[in-house]
Amino acid sequence: MPDRKQTYDVLVAGGGNAALCAAITARQAGARVLLLESAPKAFRGGNSRHTRNLRAMHDAPNAVLTDAYKEDEYWDDLLRVTGGNTNEEMARMTIRASSGVFGWMKECGVRFQPSLTGTLNLGRTNAFFLGGGKALLNAYYLTAERLGIDILYDTEVISMNIDDGSVRSVDITYRGFPETVYARCVVASCGGFQANLEWMREFWGDAVDNFVIRGTPYNRGRVLKNLLDQGVAAIGDPTQCHAVALDARAPKFDGGITTRLDSVPYSVVVNKHGDRFYDEGEDVWPKRYAIWGRLIAQQPDQIAYSICDSKAFPLFMPSVYPAIKADSVGELALKMKLDPAKVIATVDAYNAAVVPGQSFDNLKLDGNRTEGLTPNKTNWARTVDKGPFYGYPLRPGITFTYLSVKVNDKAQVLMDNGQPAGNLFASGEIMSGNILGKGYLAGFGMTIGTVFGRIAGQEAARRARN
Amino acid sequence: MQETEAVLNARREMEICNACRYCEGFCAVFPAVELRREFTAGDLSYLANLCHGCRGCYYACQYAPPHEWGINVPRTLAEVRAESYVEYAWPQPLAKAFERNGVVVSLVAALSIALMLLIAMAIAAPGQFFAARGLQPDSFYAVMPLWAMQIVGLGTFGFSLFALGKGAVNFWKDAGAKQSITISAICIAVWDAVTLKNLGGGGDGCNDNAESFSMRRRYLHHAMAGGFMLCFAATTVGFFYHTFMGWAAPYPFISVPVLLGTVGGVLLVIGTGGLFAMKLVEDPMPAVRRLLGGDVAMLVLLALSALTGLLLLAVRATGAMGIVMAIHLGFILALFLVLPYSKMVHGVYRSAALLRRAVERDMKPLGGE
Repeated sequence: MPDRKQTYDVLVAGGGNAALCAAITARQAGARVLLLESAPKAFRGGNSRHTRNLRAMHDAPNAVLTDAYKEDEYWDDLLRVTGGNTNEEMARMTIRASSGVFGWMKECGVRFQPSLTGTLNLGRTNAFFLGGGKALLNAYYLTAERLGIDILYDTEVISMNIDDGSVRSVDITYRGFPETVYARCVVASCGGFQANLEWMREFWGDAVDNFVIRGTPYNRGRVLKNLLDQGVAAIGDPTQCHAVALDARAPKFDGGITTRLDSVPYSVVVNKHGDRFYDEGEDVWPKRYAIWGRLIAQQPDQIAYSICDSKAFPLFMPSVYPAIKADSVGELALKMKLDPAKVIATVDAYNAAVVPGQSFDNLKLDGNRTEGLTPNKTNWARTVDKGPFYGYPLRPGITFTYLSVKVNDKAQVLMDNGQPAGNLFASGEIMSGNILGKGYLAGFGMTIGTVFGRIAGQEAARRARN
Repeated sequence: MQETEAVLNARREMEICNACRYCEGFCAVFPAVELRREFTAGDLSYLANLCHGCRGCYYACQYAPPHEWGINVPRTLAEVRAESYVEYAWPQPLAKAFERNGVVVSLVAALSIALMLLIAMAIAAPGQFFAARGLQPDSFYAVMPLWAMQIVGLGTFGFSLFALGKGAVNFWKDAGAKQSITISAICIAVWDAVTLKNLGGGGDGCNDNAESFSMRRRYLHHAMAGGFMLCFAATTVGFFYHTFMGWAAPYPFISVPVLLGTVGGVLLVIGTGGLFAMKLVEDPMPAVRRLLGGDVAMLVLLALSALTGLLLLAVRATGAMGIVMAIHLGFILALFLVLPYSKMVHGVYRSAALLRRAVERDMKPLGGE
């Protein structure tokens, strides 16, 4: 049992990837480290438990990544998804640092899968953890225990008490009982606020009732709010988040990866009125999946329906909930409680607008498109006419929010006056908004968490020991 | 396979796994899952027997208990696997032996030893059961005539092999590949079975000890299986020596059958002892409690077969030879008898499942990232 009365060198709030990277790095730099995870041990790891990969720059193929993925291409991808809503200097620093994390990760026991094969694979840009994010966390926790980091589960940070630009003490609840702990430096790595539905409601209104929170129910943004209330500078639009299209039947929290649906590029997607509302084939799915949560959030009642025929059905990942199946489009619409006449009209209009003649290729932008529709479908457009027909109801699935504490490239948290706080650092989702203003790139959250976790741990340890 | 509760639960879990696929680097089960969208009961039996129980997926699973979905693939597939042993057993009335298998194996062992002791005592000349015979030729057969050993041994072993064969055919009809079997598929399956590739967990072994990885189980199983095969080879060489060369047992220590048997026996003791010790400390969550009895009984039976064999080697020139040999033969008889009605059947079904996996190796996963 750790002695909680001592003054630690570094206190890390959080128990996910960013927190563990900070804690282990600080410990390796010689600091005495206390890590506080609000979840019980079985659910430790925040959203990292549900992750699978990390987007990494590399100039040549290596054991886990094929081909090359250079800084400029990575930056271009980020620029495109964020629509320029990012910080180039910090983003490029993160991108460059991502190429150098593998050796350290492997030393910490993280194992990678040989690069993936299969359709639309991310094997060139993303390194996949063998067994996924929970296996990665298991490795980090084993390493943290081996190095002698004190870990407390069921321990929530209530307040980081800032006075004169520095955190003087940290109020926690340890297994439900209030306590105060002390550390020379503090790292906040405890996620966004997406699981705090009341806070979300302030920005989204009652639409929040139709959101699914994909990740941990423990990310309630308590530390984020606490810091912003104490004069820490905020960055990011509170409505911006990583939001994907999920099966509407998913559990409200913690459904993780399996409830997502990849059917959109091969489907016609309609809202509750039976109208199409966005180009389903705009780009390959790994570059588009993260805009669809927001698109659906903007539809009436925050719901949409993906409709495809039996030609398209085998092309996407099987879903956890069975597809709704019918012999005709009208019957399918009825089963999904949509107006059959309207849906039939939409599908008929779509079918009539498909430009025939191109060969279909689901591995690339194949140029199969519609003509004369608003909006048009610009790739993989094929007629929906070969029964049986399949449908899925879709909801916005929130992964994490981007409203953040502002940091500099040393992971130091900045106060409203622009000055860095004396001993407060941040890594992971809680500062993701510094780089991600909107949109998302698959595996970039883990990149930010790993890179900034390492920096925060390094800087906090150095400062604590000076 | 019948649609039992275990099968229904396995289907539920496999459908979730198929939508997740994070574990595809651990073993053959998940790549096999990715080839299909729907799982027949036969498919689930195939997957259950393909699972080597390495536990990697349990500790890596974001949906493991206490998550509301409670995904526990090693336990779920072990349940289906146990049911598949009952389903494919031949003749069917003997499938009952799989219920309370630990008791059955223990009883068969006890009765076999008693039978062998009775035969040996009845056959040995009055007052000669405890006689020291040194290493004179045919000394063993003064206690147990060769014809008796051969009739009982070949009879029971032959029956067991036949029963295992019938089980394998039943498995293949229900859960085998639909495509034809090629030579290369057989080679791959044999390699995977012999090397226990699927206890490799993608490189660092199994989760023998909670979240950390080790090669313990794989190496211990190698010792056990290798030891078993060496002992079997020793017996076969001895049979060959006697029948075709006319060389009568006992053979000197430096001889092919005795060396094979000694090394095999020691490996068997190490393997079974180690695996037994692991069962004492392992996390019970990814395992099925009710199967523990049969598993442990089989480990103990193998260990005692080996130990009594080694003991027989040590005391064969003394007056203890008669009783030790009778007990050793009792254990071997029990082993032959329970072969098709114990944990030992996993070797057959798992190899068959590996063969189906090898046959299907070029099929493409459905969907994908």
